[in-house]
Amino acid sequence: MLLSNTFVLGASAGVFNSGDILFTIAMFAILLFLVKKLAWGPLMGIMKQREEHIANEIESAEQSRTEAKKLLEEQRNLLKEARTEAQTLIENAKKQGDLQREEIITLARTEADRMKESAKLEIEQQKEQAVSAIRDQVASLSVLIASKVIEKELSVEDQEKLINEYIQEGGR
Amino acid sequence: MSHESPMIKIMGLWFNLSNILMITVASIIVLIIAVVCTRNLSMKPTGKQNFMEWVMDFVRNIINSSMDWKTGGRFHVLGVTLIMFIFVSNMLGLPFAIVVDHTLWWKSPTADPVVTLTLAAMVVALSHYYGIKLKGAKEYGRSYFQPVGFIFPLKIIEEFSNTLTLGLRLYGNIYAGEILLSLLAGLATSSFIGVLAAAPLTIVWQGFSVFIGSIQAFIFTLLSMVYISHKVSHDH
Repeated sequence: MLLSNTFVLGASAGVFNSGDILFTIAMFAILLFLVKKLAWGPLMGIMKQREEHIANEIESAEQSRTEAKKLLEEQRNLLKEARTEAQTLIENAKKQGDLQREEIITLARTEADRMKESAKLEIEQQKEQAVSAIRDQVASLSVLIASKVIEKELSVEDQEKLINEYIQEGGR
Repeated sequence: MSHESPMIKIMGLWFNLSNILMITVASIIVLIIAVVCTRNLSMKPTGKQNFMEWVMDFVRNIINSSMDWKTGGRFHVLGVTLIMFIFVSNMLGLPFAIVVDHTLWWKSPTADPVVTLTLAAMVVALSHYYGIKLKGAKEYGRSYFQPVGFIFPLKIIEEFSNTLTLGLRLYGNIYAGEILLSLLAGLATSSFIGVLAAAPLTIVWQGFSVFIGSIQAFIFTLLSMVYISHKVSHDH
């Protein structure tokens, strides 16, 4: 059944099918054109678009990452600043409190001193007054005694004794 | 196996009508696959689009393995069309052959040497065309004498042998597959025992032919790109 004509490169009936060359080329060219127009072009477009999209996404991700980093740094700095500020505030308040305390204490102390001084002064005055009053009384008393002594006859000893007694009494 | 081919003569040229039919069928199938797979394109590919993108990436890798994408990018659509057309052509002859009145109508178009040699010659011609276009005629001409002058005859022979091997490799593989399939079919129709004997063999051989057909489509595209890259790249 295997005839020789099938082995001659499959060419049948001994005729060279030269027309097929033209048809093959024409058909392939048309196919090439249509595939390029209908399938390859759009698909390539979408693939390129996707490529760009991915590139953009990567870029924007990178950008937002650096931005986030910057913001983080900023926030950290702000926090640090706030902390130092708070520290100084506390420090200041403490210092001021100390100062105020000192002031109040000194004020109170001087006030107390002043009050003590005035009280002393008053006491002194009172004492003076009292002494002068006694002195007056002693004088009148001595006058009284003298009159009494004159009335009564007294010995020198008795007189002296009496005077001393009175003075002692009055000087107390 | 003694099937006739439906030959007709138009304007002094002989046409094999079955070839014409099958080339048309293969082209239409390729076109349908390509068009159906690229409807409703989206940024996030799904199903059919994934398949088509896989094909595109596959061919892109083939091209990238032989030349850089800047020069090779323009051959991408050629490679995609080639690999799909040859693959579909190879597959067409596998499931059945249609014979009407001893005339073989349905077969692989790539089981005809004229068709495969035409494709091969087209690729080689394109390689020369782009070689001159991209490198200039002077450098293109000089490439025949590099690295040494006396290699010139070999380079000329190489061009023809490239064309021949490229076309005949594809033709031989597919034609042999079809012959064996039709022999098995003949065995199956001879007797009942023949059916039992032929059925598993046919299944095995068809599976193998699917493999062969894919490999040949890949090799044809790969070698086409290699030949083209030899012509267009500067360091060869």
